[in-house]
Amino acid sequence: MIDVLIVGSGGAGLTAALQAKKNVDNVAVVSKTYPTHSQTVQAQGGINAAIGQEDSIQQHINDTLKSSHGIANASAVEYLCGNAIDAINWLDDIGVPFSRNGENEIARRKLGGAKNARACYSSDYTGLKILHTLYDQCIKNQIQFLNEKMLLNIIVENNIAIGITVLNIVSGEVEEYLAKTVILATGGYCGVYYDYTTNSYASTGDGISAAYKAGAKLKNMEYIQFHPTTIQGNNILISESARGEGGYLVDQNQQRFVDELKPRDEVARAIYDKIKQNEQVFLDLRHLGKEKINEAMPQENRLVQEFCHLKMEEDLIPIHPAAHYTMGGIKVDLEGRTNIDGLYACGECASAGVHGANRLGGNSLLELIVFGKRTGNSAANNAKNIPAITQTNSQQFQKDKEYIQQIFSLDDPRDFYSKRAHMGQMFFENIGLYRTQEAMEETLAKVQGWLQNAKSMGIKDKNKVYNRNLVEFLEFNNMLQIGEIIVQSALNRRESRGAHFRVDYPTECEEYAKNCVAWLENNELKIEFIDVENVS
Amino acid sequence: MKIEIQREEKVNYTFDEFFDETLLQAFIEIKTKQDPTLNFRCGCKSGVCGSCAVVVNGVEKLACKTRVKDGDKIEPLRNAKVIRDLVVDLEYEETKLKNAQGFLEQKSNKQITTKDEKAIDTQSNCILCQSCYSSCPVFEVNPEFLGPYALTRTLRYVNDIKEENIKTKIDAVQQNGVWDCTLCGNCTMVCPQMIDPKMDIMQLRNKSIQFGYSDPNMMNFNSGGFGFDPNGF
Repeated sequence: MIDVLIVGSGGAGLTAALQAKKNVDNVAVVSKTYPTHSQTVQAQGGINAAIGQEDSIQQHINDTLKSSHGIANASAVEYLCGNAIDAINWLDDIGVPFSRNGENEIARRKLGGAKNARACYSSDYTGLKILHTLYDQCIKNQIQFLNEKMLLNIIVENNIAIGITVLNIVSGEVEEYLAKTVILATGGYCGVYYDYTTNSYASTGDGISAAYKAGAKLKNMEYIQFHPTTIQGNNILISESARGEGGYLVDQNQQRFVDELKPRDEVARAIYDKIKQNEQVFLDLRHLGKEKINEAMPQENRLVQEFCHLKMEEDLIPIHPAAHYTMGGIKVDLEGRTNIDGLYACGECASAGVHGANRLGGNSLLELIVFGKRTGNSAANNAKNIPAITQTNSQQFQKDKEYIQQIFSLDDPRDFYSKRAHMGQMFFENIGLYRTQEAMEETLAKVQGWLQNAKSMGIKDKNKVYNRNLVEFLEFNNMLQIGEIIVQSALNRRESRGAHFRVDYPTECEEYAKNCVAWLENNELKIEFIDVENVS
Repeated sequence: MKIEIQREEKVNYTFDEFFDETLLQAFIEIKTKQDPTLNFRCGCKSGVCGSCAVVVNGVEKLACKTRVKDGDKIEPLRNAKVIRDLVVDLEYEETKLKNAQGFLEQKSNKQITTKDEKAIDTQSNCILCQSCYSSCPVFEVNPEFLGPYALTRTLRYVNDIKEENIKTKIDAVQQNGVWDCTLCGNCTMVCPQMIDPKMDIMQLRNKSIQFGYSDPNMMNFNSGGFGFDPNGF
């Protein structure tokens, strides 16, 4: 019997697994991909902790709260920042090769919105090195890995989560895994912005969608962070450090048009204004010189050379903003508990309330570790008091087997791939940096129409073995489900706050200094604004 | 423009002459517009998740970092069971890493300097893309061989000043490990992260000698009655 079943094998999932394993024997990680294929590997910048003499936990708290525009949970922020130093020390102890400074301390760099340099890093590969080290430790600690199994649903009986159903991608069969507790660590939903995101193709919000269908509450789903500088055409991220080092943003007449070091949302909007007028925008680093570029941003320089055959010291780099991080997610308390007994969530798929309306660079990796640990601990302790579940063959399992069979049997020529591409572009334009009632309503109608159509749509590939056509169709359904919630949440928030900017309501409004909660009730999407919780 | 993909059979796909994209974008173009039955792995599209490695004209490449060209011949990675199309079975990965003890065993409290951290920087950039195993002639004939990235990972922890217990790691790489490598250097040639597993294995051999091990091939050679001392010239 699995004590703690973790869905998702990124930084949050693996941290939760390691922590749970300290308390209970049987810990398993189910993953749609292989563990090291997760989104966490793409994090470059660093992980925040106020370890410097000049810095303080209080300053880290203040910076985080300021960036959240009044809708973060102060207790969660205090917990996050208060446990940051322990988190870094733990990572260092299990082998993460953090870069060192001249004093042999863990080196830090300054990221946007931070008063001090507090992002601890491992060259340009902070996320990669953290995730691989966690994976190594999971192997050492005999965590069971169940790879290439895509989450379908959470099995809930009497409002208690007792397991999950998955599609075994390799065999094409639906499988049931029962567990005393389930932790979702399935990542964010930037995939909704398909061709307009820096995220992996796998970030399709599967866990959030499953939680929603099971009756879990979601929070602040309208909040998506857009990064100002990704390479045009392929959305490969050029980190903020390029501008921090003195890089310019220029238009097609090679004129600067914005203060490059303003907050992310403002810079992104200024760039987008130009692009809307059919102008191109470039990142200009030529004046920095080859030596400085090689020293300060070697990995990015390589990316630019490899992906667009340009040289930072000689060429203008065409850039475009893109969806980068999703602040919204499954509503959880500080223990990672959802409103369904036995169901937990941590990482980008969860909303413990540490980011509010805008995430601070370096806080996302930190959240994975701090809340991954606490959630793993809390789920494992709970599992100790739960007797083994004996029944199998749940109704959910039967239902999901029939559902997958039905998808195979339907011959619908309508093609979801073109809709997926259309959806990404439509979301970027209408639910992106600027939002209006009219454009959002138009998007909502489209999404609801597709949701309806998807019920009778099938797939063209009828082979059960490793059928990505099926996987992508299921992902598309999750994207639509989440898309509807994003738009409804954004429509209901009639103000502008942080990453949510409405042309028709351009200012921050006190009555919306609240969290937007969405849930499914009697097959209907409900939205409600609740006071910001400041208690643990 | 035409490319050939090794599926159950070789299949040709055609693009218009202006198609100038990465190989991964070509795969996505095929899947979404021409043939939804083609299967391949992909993720980050920026060269760090390691999921999209395939063999292009005989050489292992990450599809997301490779420009597609007319006449390209694409095959799945070698030395692994093909599940379907360009997707191969990766279940051996966990066993290899476990057997090679690629993890921190016992934390020391030594002072860490910039130099210490630099010593394991390249090795800890591995993305487990499997290219090195696909190119490895030893793994091809001996599935028990620990293989390039697992041995690189062992060295990454052997050279880590944080590791107190180096001996168990050195012990772990003697059987089907450092001495089985032919030092052909294929792994080094194909690594997209510019890691040099061949050099890493040579370093592990030197460490092994420091721990009292010797090259078993040499011993066989000496006692094999060839009548000359291989070290004597």
